[in-house]
Amino acid sequence: MADTHAVATGHSAGHSGDSPHLRHHFDDMGQQFDSATFGMWVFLLTEIMFFGGMFGAYAVYRSMYPDAFAATSNFMNPAFGAANTAVLIVSSLSMALAVRAAHLGQQKFLQLMLVATMVFGTAFLVIKGFEYHEHWVDMKVPLFPGHWAWDGPLAPPQYAHQAQILFCFYFFMTGFHAIHMIVGLGIMTTILMMARKGTFGPSYYTPVEVSGLYWHFVDIVWIFLFPLLYLIGHTKNLY
Amino acid sequence: MHPVTPVRTYVLIWLTLTIMTFVTFYVSTINLGALNVVVALGIAFFKMMLVVWFFMHVRSDNPLTKLFVFAGFFWMAILFVFTLGDYFSRSWMPGGKFW
Repeated sequence: MADTHAVATGHSAGHSGDSPHLRHHFDDMGQQFDSATFGMWVFLLTEIMFFGGMFGAYAVYRSMYPDAFAATSNFMNPAFGAANTAVLIVSSLSMALAVRAAHLGQQKFLQLMLVATMVFGTAFLVIKGFEYHEHWVDMKVPLFPGHWAWDGPLAPPQYAHQAQILFCFYFFMTGFHAIHMIVGLGIMTTILMMARKGTFGPSYYTPVEVSGLYWHFVDIVWIFLFPLLYLIGHTKNLY
Repeated sequence: MHPVTPVRTYVLIWLTLTIMTFVTFYVSTINLGALNVVVALGIAFFKMMLVVWFFMHVRSDNPLTKLFVFAGFFWMAILFVFTLGDYFSRSWMPGGKFW
């Protein structure tokens, strides 16, 4: 190619009509988009394995102590869990609409949907915070000495030790999920700042698409956490 | 790049996801014995497939990306089959225990 001296980040001197966002090492915007999407999925595979390890350990311990896990699940509040599921699913919808708006070049609607996604994501964390506080008051935090109590009619004494195992899984799995939500909010802030500069349009919306993949992945983790943590004890005691 | 998905499709997927959340909540209140966890995971898997296929646009991705997405879930299936296969088969041996 003639433009070997073009700046590394741009390709403007290369093919007339190319987007200024086309990096030098890609043939065209389509190939660049496919590569970015593919690369993000490779990262998400490592995330699948990261959460998969915790889900695998959970499966082993739940198979080992099914009754203890069911009894302990009664100390989790399914109303919080269900509300958070609904909030996250709505945030996934607004994220999907944000990607669509970026693709169509609808700048105002893109910013609106990004803000909506961040609002729903923050709402999730706030609800989670209230929930953690409830566990703290309820003395159900085995990770901290002096913040664990196992008593009352819903707490069979023979499960005193095994109940702590489920609550450890609960705090690690929801905790890592919450960290991913916080990272997602940071990503959305960056994308929003880029969107405000009018960076995105029909020929270049890759960062929005790739951030969306991350956001939806975190949603999927919660889709599995909700039934596995909150809903396993219902049949035993509450109804 | 992907074709543009109609807003209608996204809203329908969201509606289905929300309804399935209510269904999984309701089913958990009925005692189906060992089937409870099967139904809960089945619904969660169905919800995941909707998100992956429509929200994450895998249906419009090229075959290489599709293959890698499948490989990720396949790899996780290996993790589960071998781990649980180990623990569940221990009690089959004389004197063997789950733990």
